Amino acid sequence: MTKLNINGRERTVDADPDTPLLWALRDNLGLTGTKFGCGIALCGTCTVLMDGRPIRACTTPISALEGSRITTIEAATADGDAVGAAVQAAWIRHDVAQCGYCQSGQIMSAIALLKSVPRGSTPSAADIDAAMAGNLCRCGTYARIRAAVADAARALA
Amino acid sequence: MLPDAFLPNASLPNAFADDLPPALRQLLARNAPADPQPMSRRRFLKLTSLGGLALGAFPLIAGAQDTAGAAAALKPTQQPAAFLHIAPDGVVTVAINRLEFGQGVQTALPMILAEELDADWSKVQTRFGDSSPAYADPAVGIHLTGGSNSIHNSFMQYRELGARARAMLLAAAAEHWQVNVISLSTENGAVVRADGLRLGYGELADAAMAQPVPEQVRLKDAKDFRLIGQPTRRLDAQAKSSGQQAFGLDVRLPGQLTALIAHPPVFGARLAALDDTAARAVRGVKAVLRVPVAHGGEGVAVVAEGYWPAQVGREALKLQWDTAAVEKVDSTRQLAHYRELANRPGPRHFDADMAPLKTAPKRIEAEFVFPYLAHAPMEPLNCTVRIGAEGAELWLGTQLPGVDGQAAARVLGLKPEQVKVHVQMAGGGFGRRAVPSSDYVVEACEVARAARAAGLAAPVQLVWSREDDIRGGYYRPMHLHRARIGFDDAGRVLAWDHVLVGQSIAAGTPFEGGMIKNGVDATAVEGMLAPYPFPMRLTVHHPKLNVPVLWWRSVGSTHTAFVMETLVDEIARSTQQDPVAYRMALFGDQHPRHRAALQLAVDRSGYGQRTLPAGHAWGVAVHESFRSVVAYVVEASIEQGQPVLHRVTAGVHCNLAVNPLGVEAQVEGAAIMGLSMCLPGAAITFKDGEVEQRNFDAFAIPRIGDTPAFDVHIVPSAEPPTGMGEPGLPPLAPAFANALARLTGKPIRTLPFERA
Repeated sequence: MTKLNINGRERTVDADPDTPLLWALRDNLGLTGTKFGCGIALCGTCTVLMDGRPIRACTTPISALEGSRITTIEAATADGDAVGAAVQAAWIRHDVAQCGYCQSGQIMSAIALLKSVPRGSTPSAADIDAAMAGNLCRCGTYARIRAAVADAARALA
Repeated sequence: MLPDAFLPNASLPNAFADDLPPALRQLLARNAPADPQPMSRRRFLKLTSLGGLALGAFPLIAGAQDTAGAAAALKPTQQPAAFLHIAPDGVVTVAINRLEFGQGVQTALPMILAEELDADWSKVQTRFGDSSPAYADPAVGIHLTGGSNSIHNSFMQYRELGARARAMLLAAAAEHWQVNVISLSTENGAVVRADGLRLGYGELADAAMAQPVPEQVRLKDAKDFRLIGQPTRRLDAQAKSSGQQAFGLDVRLPGQLTALIAHPPVFGARLAALDDTAARAVRGVKAVLRVPVAHGGEGVAVVAEGYWPAQVGREALKLQWDTAAVEKVDSTRQLAHYRELANRPGPRHFDADMAPLKTAPKRIEAEFVFPYLAHAPMEPLNCTVRIGAEGAELWLGTQLPGVDGQAAARVLGLKPEQVKVHVQMAGGGFGRRAVPSSDYVVEACEVARAARAAGLAAPVQLVWSREDDIRGGYYRPMHLHRARIGFDDAGRVLAWDHVLVGQSIAAGTPFEGGMIKNGVDATAVEGMLAPYPFPMRLTVHHPKLNVPVLWWRSVGSTHTAFVMETLVDEIARSTQQDPVAYRMALFGDQHPRHRAALQLAVDRSGYGQRTLPAGHAWGVAVHESFRSVVAYVVEASIEQGQPVLHRVTAGVHCNLAVNPLGVEAQVEGAAIMGLSMCLPGAAITFKDGEVEQRNFDAFAIPRIGDTPAFDVHIVPSAEPPTGMGEPGLPPLAPAFANALARLTGKPIRTLPFERA
């Protein structure tokens, strides 16, 4: 049994301690908003936040997460989180998604970036590209992702 | 749960209905229901039953059809009942007769219907159609998503559906108010009386159900459109920005197990020895099963309580493969073989007098090489199968639900009508979910069947890991092109001798007879020559190799556009002509859409007007595919030896753009996929029969930092719309290459671009 703090709730997962967080979320806890893309941390589709930092859930074993706070896309705007709300609103305003499959991970990376930016400042175009470099999108929505992140940053500044 | 009906069929995802050769038409006709039965009331009610929606369902037609026969002349694809539901609160639910996998039909199709219905757009939602005949492509006759056909083939269909329902709502209101229907109008989800009194569609839905379905309806004049042509955000934007959108891989049935298959390292290889002791000992592993896999091979399925134990179990398998009986492709040898083939005579697709080649004042000799490419949709391939006492159900995102359902029936020993396919939202596809052999669907059914035989009567979700996806076959074919062009100092082409070598996509599929004419696969040569008036001889070779090939977004134009547009540019350069002016002269008056698209891109980019920074160059390309024309004017440079694409200005001619915002998104996305062909890592290669790439490390696709600035412009038009899922792809790579050739003076003949 592994105890995890997922989206502010204590959850117990009955799985091998080596089980990656991705599969604990999807197969044990029924949280399918976090997606599987490559399984070896190359595509960013499974990105979640660990204590506010983006991690790849597909290569992070649950045994490494006891005592950490995990936030998934399902709770990204919970409790009035201003950053999550601004990012999601910008994603909709810019009509970012096409197939939408990678967007959970894209949004979590964007939220992590904007939470790390000091209040009153906005990330540069290079900062945005660097923060989003680990997230692949086969539909090619990158131009809209750039615009949406910049827009959300302006709304939060 | 048994399906009401099933549409048995074959399909042709990349051809237009009216281009279907007779042989294929026969094939389709043979598999189609001989004489579509009018819907019974029970069946009709099933089609219109929508979980979670209020009673008082709109339509509609069952009584009318059973008795009066007013709508008997209408096909299932023309019956509003299967497509439209209006709840008492006015919420309009529109059925989508396609797979939504990013291309935006889930927004554009309801826009079209809602336009003629005069619906309140804020109350429109959607659901996916199933394998019922109503959701067949009205032009092709089968349920398919491909060939950029969705909007082109369903534009009139969805308009008429909306107009029919509107007429019935009007008739119901006229009866209610006891007034002549002529005195009524509709507006934003309500019928309006002359004195301004309104009845909402939700209030009228029940009464409208009793009205006959009109056969003939008058459609709006295009100038009165208020939804069509408006940039409209996607209806799924909220769900896809919040983690709420479910895809095929998110299907969770009670008791469901996950299966992974250890596939042979070479296509078609068999298992020589298996030790599954360690795999069976993995906690959560329920079964290890030898199963037939795609391409005549054999594999080992690990069925487990979740993906992770299935993967650990698969890794614990000790496997020995027998590859002796199968061809082991080697990319280096294959290229040498293709070069040798190109010297031989072969079937001709075009012919012309090649004598002027000897005397032409100027000549170009060029050889192009294009590698195999994986589709690599972000959602890994998957299929969930539940076998019941009387039939089976499948859940998957598929471009060919009918073909996949039929394949499932064959494997499971069922009649086609005993298999129900639930079409799921798909995380990309690009052709990979339109497989004539239904490869991963068949595998899922084999596993489910074997599991059941082993006493595991649980639903099974087969997942192809990313490694399975990259290594598992069905690639854009590798191609070799060779051109010898003779032209004069004015750039007039006197003779163009061209050879194309590449596997046929249709060969060995049910489409072989229809798509291959005189030894030439239509999908290999599409995009050659037109719109240029050149005397061309085109010789085609289709070698057979142990590599499964498939349509990949924009299909033949992925390579033919590159060849044509870089060579045309080279002729212009070598005769000191402006590449835009040279093309425009060749288009003449014969190709007004090419002219308009290119002119728009030129005007909006500042080409020829704006001075570029030092080290930057313009590149131009224009190409028609799937009936739409896209022109790109790009700005590129070379930074530290690496090609960089800075800006893309698009001129698009797709006739009437139903949703300009969707068209823009498709152009941007297709351009990025076109760019993906250029960048390092865009190749699937073989050594000793094995794919050398495994995942997104070696098979690379563009990242955000590779993305140019986009500027997409659409030529205004009121003509019936043509599709935009694919046409944005082909001209990107040649436009980029033309800019680089301008910088270096060296034409690019190989994709991906060779490292500097």
